[in-house]
Amino acid sequence: MQVGMLAKIWAVFRKDLLIEVRTKDSLNAMLFFGIVVLVIFHFALAGAGDSIRQVVPGVLWAAFAFSGTLGLNRIFAVEKENNCLEGLLLIPVDRGVIYLGKMLAVTLFMLFAECIIFIFCLVFFNLTVWEKLPWLALIFFVGTLGFAAAGTLLSAISINTRMRETLLPLILFPVVLPVLVNAVEATNVALNGTADGGLELPLTIMSVFTIIFVTISYVLFEYVLED
Amino acid sequence: MTDQKRQAAFDSILGVLVLVAMVAALYMAFLQAPREKTMGDLQRIFYFHVPSAVMGILAFAVNFGASVMFLIKKDRRWDNLALSAGEIGVVFMSIVLITGPIWAKPVWFVWWTWSPRLTSSLILWMLYVAYLLIRTYVPDPGRRAMVSAVFGIIAFVDAPIVWFSIRWWRDIHPSPMLETGGLSPAMRPAFYVCVAAFLTLFLYVVRRRYFLESARHEVELLERKIF
Amino acid sequence: MIEVRGLAKYFGRFSALRDLNLDVPRGEFIAIFGRNGAGKTTFLRILAGLSRPSAGSIKIGGKSMPMSEDGRGMIGYLSHGTSLYGDLTALENLRFFSRVQGLPSTDADLRARLKQVGLAGREEEPVRNYSRGMQQRLAIARAFLRDPSILLLDEPFAGLDQPGTKFLVNRLQEDRSRGKTCLMVVHDVQLGYMLADRLVVIDRGIIALDFAKSSGSLGQFQESYGVLVQEN
Repeated sequence: MQVGMLAKIWAVFRKDLLIEVRTKDSLNAMLFFGIVVLVIFHFALAGAGDSIRQVVPGVLWAAFAFSGTLGLNRIFAVEKENNCLEGLLLIPVDRGVIYLGKMLAVTLFMLFAECIIFIFCLVFFNLTVWEKLPWLALIFFVGTLGFAAAGTLLSAISINTRMRETLLPLILFPVVLPVLVNAVEATNVALNGTADGGLELPLTIMSVFTIIFVTISYVLFEYVLED
Repeated sequence: MTDQKRQAAFDSILGVLVLVAMVAALYMAFLQAPREKTMGDLQRIFYFHVPSAVMGILAFAVNFGASVMFLIKKDRRWDNLALSAGEIGVVFMSIVLITGPIWAKPVWFVWWTWSPRLTSSLILWMLYVAYLLIRTYVPDPGRRAMVSAVFGIIAFVDAPIVWFSIRWWRDIHPSPMLETGGLSPAMRPAFYVCVAAFLTLFLYVVRRRYFLESARHEVELLERKIF
Repeated sequence: MIEVRGLAKYFGRFSALRDLNLDVPRGEFIAIFGRNGAGKTTFLRILAGLSRPSAGSIKIGGKSMPMSEDGRGMIGYLSHGTSLYGDLTALENLRFFSRVQGLPSTDADLRARLKQVGLAGREEEPVRNYSRGMQQRLAIARAFLRDPSILLLDEPFAGLDQPGTKFLVNRLQEDRSRGKTCLMVVHDVQLGYMLADRLVVIDRGIIALDFAKSSGSLGQFQESYGVLVQEN
């Protein structure tokens, strides 16, 4: 990867960051929906009672996943408005560069929203997690990266279909299931300290997923945007 | 003989072969194969449940290969093959998902066991239903072929990671319900006959579906001359 | 410079382009005319790399399509959709489009370009506040960022205000004298005749009329064009 390419990826990333900082569309939507999901699960799992701590990892990642979908949708919806997709296609640059820039941007947005959703989760479910924070940060990072690696490509696919944004959740969740399963388990181990699984395996699987999907998305992105 | 006549003749022969093979399979599964110790005659579903799963995976492998070839060659015939294989795969997977509960209910007293095989089959089924769903939402045939080829590749690359993640997760959260399986040597002949029979069925159905799609494509080419 | 052989583009049963053949020598300016739906926009989009052809081959500067980054950098494309980011300012838009191409433009550079299209003093405003004419002018500035050797313009004067039109006409004449190649879709026959070396009519997916300016007057072209329209 040449330095020039890194600069171009950075240009795409910065542009999306700039738009988001100005409009805060993605962030607001993700935050609000994430918190709503937490509230819904509180009522949905009313029967869990004291064992609520054991289901928190699942609830948390469900909230991350559902709110993440909104962020993923926005990352290309923002281009669809004003015909900017065409502008991107015209740029004489490897289309994969656009994929990488956007993937990094949406990962950042998701991580930001996840931090705040997590804080609400701590409050709603009365948890203390100080010692575990570094591990949780790592898990959130790797999991979100994996989610975005596949999600960015799938978002580009759905935005150009008849159903547009509505298609994304349908095609996204079967694909990113491995990330979600492993992220929940890893979070469970980190939060509840169960010795069963350990953190190495889930983190490894998520990383492998991310590497594989970044690679194939980079290559396949070429075919997704054109007419 | 013209191409069409040759094709029709081959299809007829293959069709008869399928019929014969299926009768043989039924005989082997219900009459020749020994009665299983614990489950009794219910176990015979195995001879249809597992070959269906094998054919489903085979179908998805064909879909993957055809998708890759389409992206390389841009020849629509590869897309026709990919679609045929994808559809048949979903059908076979549906058989797996239906026969699974039929088996599970009398044995484990539950409809669904979340066993690794059943769960992976479910996700696989969802991935390829998503493949078919995407196709419904892209009206232009050229673009449709392109986008579904991309998703076909993603789905197939994802499948092993899904399977591995589910199996690992099951190891951590074991359940008393065992996977259905295990072949005593006496059962093997029946099993192999069933796999062979399903293979002929697979070939026959994919062929017919492919020719149907080719015919549709031909109509499209002809319509271009009129409109 | 541009060689098009047997170009076809289908959208299902609909043929946008059927069998288009065209040779464009370096430095030639071609004005493209045709009815709506004749295939002009599709043709330009394929040349610009926005759309894949269904059949046929295209060579630009000796390189076959689809081209590498450098190849595509030779081309500047302008259409009626502006493809600008409304939430960013004009300067930020240009900054993005130049950085993402790896162009070493400084801010001073970009401001100068904005001044050229008459947007000086308004660079720091979000583009969504711009009028349609201003947005078009910004789009023009963007198209010329790389000083492309091949220009593909799809009805660039539609929706363009007076200062924009003046800038574009001057720029095109300037580029023409510098030996740039240009394909421009226009509706105004007189404007096309004035700017171009060659006039081409695309009808129903093929080149129906190819008229070199040297071979006749505007009146003669209009006559041939009129005959073509009547025949169909």
